[in-house]
Amino acid sequence: MIQLQNQKWIPSASPVAGLEAEMAIEARHLHVYYDDFLAVRDVDLQIVANKITAIIGPSGCGKSSMLRAFNRMNELVPSARTEGQVLFHDQDIYAPQIDPVEVRRRIGMVFQKPNPFPKSIFDNIAWGMKINGFQGSKKELEESVEISLRAAALWDEVKDKLHQSGLSLSGGQQQRLCIARAIAVKPDIILMDEPASALDPIATLKIEELMHDLTSEYTIIVVTHNMQQAARVSDYTAFFTMDAGRAGVLMEYGVTSEIFTNPRSKVTEDYITGRFG
Amino acid sequence: MNPHADPNSGPVAPPQPATNLPHRRRVGEAWRVIFLASTMLGIVALTTLLLNILDGSFGYVALENRVEPVELAVDGVTLEDLSKEELVRVLEERISPALFRKLERDLPFEDRSQENVLALVYEKVVQPKVVKTWTLSDSLFKKGEILQEVQSRYPQAELHFMSWIRPAFIANQQSSDPLKAGVRTAILGSLWTIVITIVIAFPLGVGAAIYLEEYAADNLVNRVIQTNINNLAGVPSIIYGMLGLAIFVRALEPITSGAAFGVVDPTTANGRTILSAGLTLALLILPLIIINAQEAIRAVPNSLRQASLGLGGTQWQTIWHHVLPGALPGILTGTILAISRAIGETAPLVVVGASTFISFDPTGPFSKFTTLPSQIYQWTSRPQSEFRNLAAAAILVLLVLLLGMNASAIMLRSRFARRI
Repeated sequence: MIQLQNQKWIPSASPVAGLEAEMAIEARHLHVYYDDFLAVRDVDLQIVANKITAIIGPSGCGKSSMLRAFNRMNELVPSARTEGQVLFHDQDIYAPQIDPVEVRRRIGMVFQKPNPFPKSIFDNIAWGMKINGFQGSKKELEESVEISLRAAALWDEVKDKLHQSGLSLSGGQQQRLCIARAIAVKPDIILMDEPASALDPIATLKIEELMHDLTSEYTIIVVTHNMQQAARVSDYTAFFTMDAGRAGVLMEYGVTSEIFTNPRSKVTEDYITGRFG
Repeated sequence: MNPHADPNSGPVAPPQPATNLPHRRRVGEAWRVIFLASTMLGIVALTTLLLNILDGSFGYVALENRVEPVELAVDGVTLEDLSKEELVRVLEERISPALFRKLERDLPFEDRSQENVLALVYEKVVQPKVVKTWTLSDSLFKKGEILQEVQSRYPQAELHFMSWIRPAFIANQQSSDPLKAGVRTAILGSLWTIVITIVIAFPLGVGAAIYLEEYAADNLVNRVIQTNINNLAGVPSIIYGMLGLAIFVRALEPITSGAAFGVVDPTTANGRTILSAGLTLALLILPLIIINAQEAIRAVPNSLRQASLGLGGTQWQTIWHHVLPGALPGILTGTILAISRAIGETAPLVVVGASTFISFDPTGPFSKFTTLPSQIYQWTSRPQSEFRNLAAAAILVLLVLLLGMNASAIMLRSRFARRI
């Protein structure tokens, strides 16, 4: 158990304090509870737009709960409760007038295990567009599907088998299909929950390259267990850990290179050098 | 091997077989034999059942005619080959003038075909009567004894090998004459009832399952509902019959008799109709359908729901586009099982009022009716042995009906399952 009571420093909410950078989404005093259990405690976190922010930390420190708080996916767990604010375009997504369905459309998600729909590759992409009120012709739909698949670097591999099942693809391809599916509904932010943990190294590399390419249009927040991955792909890193009550707290947040080369906190240093976690 | 041994120190000891391995193998083998035996026992029981039914469905019958067809032959031409006019003459000579006039009134003889008149001659003049029946096994293996018995005890009788299940048996209506009785009324009654049952129970059951699995919060009320549904699935069917009698036949009589809709069926004056039976059976299988559909819905991986919701799908879009298609094969399997149960139910229908003897076809939901199981039950409880042969044949029809419905449902299911 890591004792945090006597830490001298305060984790900064913004990784680029003092700099002018466009923020994509911002958590303020965010708490996530499961029944009485506090999973995430009082987190302030600003995510920079069009950058990749990695959330790292030991198991059970609330990384995933934090990530899911950004698009209200926590609400799918009946016992989950969120307090605090998440500001997205100056609007609190937890405000009563906000529809979580719209939030999730604007803030997409890619999961740990590839979960394509048991439909054709084409329908996997097209479904999200259709349910969100896509009005174009069949040709426009096909073009949009192609654009999404190209953006996910999958087009060349699947262009001849668009009407085969999405489940017929390899694990890495499935995960890129899920990314393509997420981009197809044109979100602002893509949340990725350990997107490569179920994949082999080559597929992982492809996903990482893809994440990098996507930053021109999207803001990406990625939870990862893999420190090298965080160091390789992310621009900013938020390190979470557990406080005395086993609640997740934001320990340190900053530019990735600094976190990995010059962590301000001893706990962060211990974790990234592999001494615990 | 000693797991703590340092692999670098000295030669590695050869692996020693675990001493109790032969014993473990024997235990495993014993269980395998037990499982195999139980499977075989099941197969033997099923085969016996089927053989028993087949045994009753075929076999010798001794028929006694009141008038031998040979006596009716005209100038050496057998009865079958007589012309229509000659047959009419035979009929006129042999039956009472009153009956002849009645037949003429029903349908003038000019308009009748030769076959029709021949059938009339058999029915009114020849009047064959079953005096004794034998099972298929007796007919095959004890033919000599049967022949002797017929000669000594029924000298007038003629021995025929008879298949009780024959086109006429399917096409004929109920009759008190075993040679004429058929199951058409019962088949139609069963089909009408089961269609009403499906139409009511399937959407209700699947709807309830969707609500309980996808919408209902995990609170006390819903847990009580869930427990009760599970318990209802085990309630004896006769209790549903009582419920159906009280609610559908009596309390809702204006609706189930069709009076509320202005339907005046001269054959029914009360709520003992196909509609009541269908509703009762629907109640009976509703818990089964709900439970099976719940299982199927629960088996749809949560990751699919999350993927759908994560794309901005609403809960209903998630259910309609992902949960239901994924669960449909399982839902259909459960429904098939439930319908198979409903189609074989007898007790609740006897209580609700399946007629044991009606000789007209059901024409709609407000008709009086009988069903195949009720018909079988009625025939088996008759003292005359011929009716037991009829019952065996009716069981075959019921089995074929059941297998046919199951086969079509399985085909439907595999069609849904194949869609990627």
